[in-house]
Amino acid sequence: MSDFEPNIVAFLCNWCAYAGADLAGTSRLIYPANVKPIRVMCSGRVDPVFVLEALKKGADGVLIAGCHPGDCHYQSGNYKANRRVILLKELLQQLNINPRRVRFEYVSASEGQKFANVVKEFVEEIKEIGPNPLRGEQ
Amino acid sequence: MSSENKGKLKFAFYWAASCGGCEIAVLDINEKILEVVEHVDILFWPVAMDTKYSDVEAMDDESLDVCFFNGAIRTSENEHMAKLLRKKAKILVAFGSCAADGCIPGLANVSNREEIFDVAYVDNPSTDNPGKVTPKTKTRVSEGELTLPEFYDTVKTLDQVVDVDYYIPGCPPPTKLISQAIDAIVENKLPPKGSVLAPLKSVCDECPRERSEKKIKEIKRVYEVENVDPNVCLLEQGIICMGPATRGGCGAACLDANMPCTGCGGPTPNSFDQGAKMLSALASVLGVENEENMSEEEIRKLVDQVKDPLGTFYRYTLPRSLINRRVIKK
Ligand code: FES
Repeated sequence: MSDFEPNIVAFLCNWCAYAGADLAGTSRLIYPANVKPIRVMCSGRVDPVFVLEALKKGADGVLIAGCHPGDCHYQSGNYKANRRVILLKELLQQLNINPRRVRFEYVSASEGQKFANVVKEFVEEIKEIGPNPLRGEQ
Repeated sequence: MSSENKGKLKFAFYWAASCGGCEIAVLDINEKILEVVEHVDILFWPVAMDTKYSDVEAMDDESLDVCFFNGAIRTSENEHMAKLLRKKAKILVAFGSCAADGCIPGLANVSNREEIFDVAYVDNPSTDNPGKVTPKTKTRVSEGELTLPEFYDTVKTLDQVVDVDYYIPGCPPPTKLISQAIDAIVENKLPPKGSVLAPLKSVCDECPRERSEKKIKEIKRVYEVENVDPNVCLLEQGIICMGPATRGGCGAACLDANMPCTGCGGPTPNSFDQGAKMLSALASVLGVENEENMSEEEIRKLVDQVKDPLGTFYRYTLPRSLINRRVIKK
């Protein structure tokens, strides 16, 4: 499946990860265009429902990125998000959806390079896993 | 309402993929049933009366005032009856968790027909079936052709096959909700179509236990807890209680019996995915203390204490949830 281009939804927190993605852009770093960023105020705002909905609607991968530990602008949203993703992955496993389709990362506002790397890596990983089996079901 | 026979409301009760508990719940309204029969004529009720499907087929469309339909849709027979009763009844009520949310039969959505038949008819210690015979929709015998309803791969809720007017949640619905629903029907005081005939609040709102800021250090299964404090929130004592994500109306009856809520009331009004809501709530309060110093490994260990997230969070609602079944690779 060489022509498979993953469709990835990325929930990025306003204060760190989104700014990091912005920096990747303004620094003209090159990374795959498979990611559709959605800005949220905090990674803690990402309800597991958002992730399930994205997968149901055919997203091949979902990236959630927030501030580094200790840096969340709402103090603990990133810790919550991390735990939710870990638990959600267990659920996905039971639903026979590859848990690697969901990924949580810490990206600070100064880590444009890290953001670009994470996206590159994730796109490769999803290419390896293949298209979301729920794609085109609706 | 006139007490003459022809002025009485015409009712039907039906069961699809269910356990029979909902039928008993109807009788649990006790002496109120006498009041009910004053206002109501029951024309079809397979569990209690000798009526046939052909009797329903012979009825004029919309000649039934109300049909209380319990049970999920797992066979073509269930679906056929749902469509038939939808046509014959002015008001169709999804009665109980199976019809409304899919409930326990809906947990079969982690599997499919082939696997279920295999366990039920072939591969189990008490079955001797060398020919591996499983139910077929059509079987030829010398006398002719025998037929059986088709068994579906995926269990559905009632509203996934027909239009539903009202929902009464619960496994089974609490008698109070049943009485209130019957009163509303008889007095012609039903809320707008599509309403769930239950309170808007969660089980926690009806629970008398003391709550403080929730921070759970570890999760325990019911049998692992020694001294449960009967006055304190069970979730705070480390026992998974679905109360925060579950619609009330039961008066927190399980909590009253010192058992956690398992979620039979279905999702609260503003959430349509009960499991995701509970997953989110639990992950938010678990391991909050000292979270800034916890390693990924420690967090993982903690989260791993939730055994069977699907069966815990979606026990009653898998068929109606965002992802309504285990994905089967084609
Ligand atoms: S503000 Fe960035 S994770 Fe909370």
